[in-house]
Amino acid sequence: MPFIPHSETDIREMLASIGAANIDALFDEIPPALRSGKLTQVPAGMNEMQVTRLMGERAAQDAPLLNFIGAGAYEHHIPSAVWQIVTRGEFYTAYTPYQAEASQGTLQVLYEYQTMMASLTGMDVSNASLYDGASGLAEAILMAVRAHKTSRKVLLPATVSPIYRSVAHSIVRMQDIELIDIPFDAASGTIDMKALQQHAGSDIAALVIPQPNFFGALEDVDALTDWAHANNALAIALVNPLTLALLKAPGNWGSLPHPNPLPGGEGANAALRAQSPSGADIAVGDGQPLGSPLSSGGPYFGFMCCKQALVRQMPGRIIGRTVDLEGKPGFTLTLQAREQHIRRAKATSNICSNQGLMVTAATVHMALLGRDGLRRVAAASHANTAQLSVQAAGVHGVKRLFNSPHFHEVVLHLPKPSAEVLAKMQEQGVLGGFDLQPHYPQLGNAILVCATETKTSDDIEKYVAALRHALN
Amino acid sequence: MLIFERSHPGRRNAAQSPAHIADVTGIPAHLLRKEAPLLPEASEMDVVRHYTRLSQKNFSIDTNFYPLGSCTMKYNPRACNSLAMLPNFLARHPFAPDSTGQGFLACLYDLQEILKDVTGMAGVSLTPMAGAQGEFAGIAMIRAYHDARGDKARSEIIVPDAAHGTNPATAVMCGYTVKEIPTDANGDVDLTALRAAVGPQTAGLMLTNPSTLGVFEKRITDIKNIVNEAGGLLYYDGANLNAILGKVKPGDMGFDVIHMNLHKTFSTPHGGGGPGAGAVGVAKRLLPFMPIPLVGKEPSPQPSPSGRGSSYRWLTEQDLPQSIGRLSGFMGNAGVLLRAYVYARMLGAEGMHRVADFATLNANYLMAELQKAGFTVAFPQRRASHEFIVSAKELKDATGVSAMDIAKRLLDKGFHAPTTYFPMLVAECLLIEPTETESKEVLDSFVAAMKEIREEAFADAAMVKGAPYTQPVRRLDDVKAARELDLVWKAA
Repeated sequence: MPFIPHSETDIREMLASIGAANIDALFDEIPPALRSGKLTQVPAGMNEMQVTRLMGERAAQDAPLLNFIGAGAYEHHIPSAVWQIVTRGEFYTAYTPYQAEASQGTLQVLYEYQTMMASLTGMDVSNASLYDGASGLAEAILMAVRAHKTSRKVLLPATVSPIYRSVAHSIVRMQDIELIDIPFDAASGTIDMKALQQHAGSDIAALVIPQPNFFGALEDVDALTDWAHANNALAIALVNPLTLALLKAPGNWGSLPHPNPLPGGEGANAALRAQSPSGADIAVGDGQPLGSPLSSGGPYFGFMCCKQALVRQMPGRIIGRTVDLEGKPGFTLTLQAREQHIRRAKATSNICSNQGLMVTAATVHMALLGRDGLRRVAAASHANTAQLSVQAAGVHGVKRLFNSPHFHEVVLHLPKPSAEVLAKMQEQGVLGGFDLQPHYPQLGNAILVCATETKTSDDIEKYVAALRHALN
Repeated sequence: MLIFERSHPGRRNAAQSPAHIADVTGIPAHLLRKEAPLLPEASEMDVVRHYTRLSQKNFSIDTNFYPLGSCTMKYNPRACNSLAMLPNFLARHPFAPDSTGQGFLACLYDLQEILKDVTGMAGVSLTPMAGAQGEFAGIAMIRAYHDARGDKARSEIIVPDAAHGTNPATAVMCGYTVKEIPTDANGDVDLTALRAAVGPQTAGLMLTNPSTLGVFEKRITDIKNIVNEAGGLLYYDGANLNAILGKVKPGDMGFDVIHMNLHKTFSTPHGGGGPGAGAVGVAKRLLPFMPIPLVGKEPSPQPSPSGRGSSYRWLTEQDLPQSIGRLSGFMGNAGVLLRAYVYARMLGAEGMHRVADFATLNANYLMAELQKAGFTVAFPQRRASHEFIVSAKELKDATGVSAMDIAKRLLDKGFHAPTTYFPMLVAECLLIEPTETESKEVLDSFVAAMKEIREEAFADAAMVKGAPYTQPVRRLDDVKAARELDLVWKAA
């Protein structure tokens, strides 16, 4: 029997100890009318050799093409050591570290992870991860509303991924929270400051600031953060963690102090606020660029960091360092009084897991690349996309749509319907980009293109050739 | 020692990043960071040694028996991992066209069909990323159903007091208030209290069956009738699906919606806390509201190796306009779903019910042996499902040794602790779930360890209360951890 070790003798002895005639007798409390008939849609069992063949055939159908799609999931080199360590049974098959003494490995990894993420984002604290970037954004919105206390309105600009906006809507809409769209400037592809200014003076809980934004464009994060704080709103930074190897950390955005209505009022938290007077209040995003394979969309992980004053409003697991009976340092889950298994209906979220394995991968990944390596990957991704952008714009009728600086994605405008062009590029073995048409029809035949450090000059040549061919 | 303390200025892994630092002058200076982040500077060998050593400070299924109640810590077959990590599966971008992922989509479609069959539901969506997100999807669908009928008065979700904490927390996230109902002396839902609780305000009931008390709710049909007659829907928390896999289908019990913890029943790894996968199944009346994306199958002009003339595609907003929407940026924890699929194919139809058979045999055997060893079980008059509760209250009254002390002393003896102090209804509670993948010898050695601890409690309670002694650390100061928050390392 696959994965069941019992011999006939074992079964006989165990039933004798229980005092049951047979295994079926153990189900005698289940009303007979409820007992299932045969399973009709589950095929017969396969052994490992057979299932290996099946999966091998299926994987063979999915041979990869030369990929230039980003749009929230990015192709990066992952060192071999990352997944060899992650799939060690001691990490792979461990449970949530509730028994801290027997989980110091996992707990220390998470503490190191929290340290790395807090440093990348320039924030005071980090949790041990959420499901993914999109659901993490929803949790950040809920957290900002809890912290703000008076407003349930959050400004969610159109330069945030349309998929993220859709997920945020699905998750927060039943809690009477209003998500307000802010349009983007047609020339720069960044948040339209004039449209934003129309909300000045109204009671707003938070402004979401994407950096880089969904178009790959760089927002004026200092001005946006200051706008949020000047209007008594929290600033939620939505960031790609890899880009933070180069870009200004959200904790350093802007120059105005925090809004007043932080939890705890003026008393206890005033000192905490004084320590970090400006910067975004919450930073979230998807950790996929740090060691998660693309894998058709998951598993990835969401990260969330915040200022010290907000830590008790944060959802998800948090690891703290403490000491044991003998004064020896050790790690444990902490601030559990926020969580569902203690607070039940009053918890900060219903979340009950983190993406532990993906976070382990991210920690090993960041340790292996190190501060220098991560910067090199970020810079190469930027430079490759810049090169692709220049060369693609040399194809007749193709132009770059926005004039603002970009990170590692750009929007190209095509002289023919984008879906048609992308399909023709696919025939040439190239995935030419993400079709923006269904999400931003006002942009016309626009695609979003990404060339990470994994792309060579030859790859970019191939891209341009496929684009030229598709347009002919 | 932390990885940061192993860091050495100027050291880098030349093999793992581009050789040249590319030009970034296209990025305005005021948008660049000025201080380097606190990331290690270590060699590849430093890093591999550090994390390999850390792994050795963990208990895991691969190294220890893990009888953690309600968590189903069964063996995670290695093939599930290696086949989900085939290079073509890993390399595929989530927004690559459906035509480039027919093998992947075929696996997910087949998994949907398998899960529909074992749960008796009309539709399955694989997108929720964990049990709690599956719960959220389920309750959101119940709400969408009532809303679509214009039935706006339903504001309350009923939850038994033995439920997982995620149940009430989920109901609140979906804009409901929570009404808690008590459990009777047999561990079943108190039907009188349930009758008194239902009404036109009832949106639904969330129930785990077998319950977290380790017993099958025998009067499930009465419960269903009471809730349905009041106009409410029934939610099945699939945390304990392992107990009835292939034996009873939640759909046949009358449930309208169910979430499955694929990281429990379908043996995907727990990974030190995730990623999980919380697929949801629905009855016919909730089909239009399922979370997207789903995988659809259509006849195809071109035959393919896996589908014999079928093609697969994502079903989206256009296909399900009444959907509760998207819950993840792409497709949930896709790679976890591949692992569950491989597991389901290896079990096959004949293997599903064997899971329930042997999980139940192991639990009842362990319960019988622990009773013989002098331990008090919470519901001796009942069959155990796949798990059962030992109460250490008598032992604590006699010796001062609590459930927590037993849990910590078990670590010294090489066993992971059972779930402690949950459910909260039973004093000094140890919730024990052995799973089907453990052998009789392992269970016998666990009973022997429990006997020893019992003897130690009478002989030297202080020693037991000081456990563990053999782990990397002794008991940790949780109060200090919460009062003097140290969540990130800072260089001295």
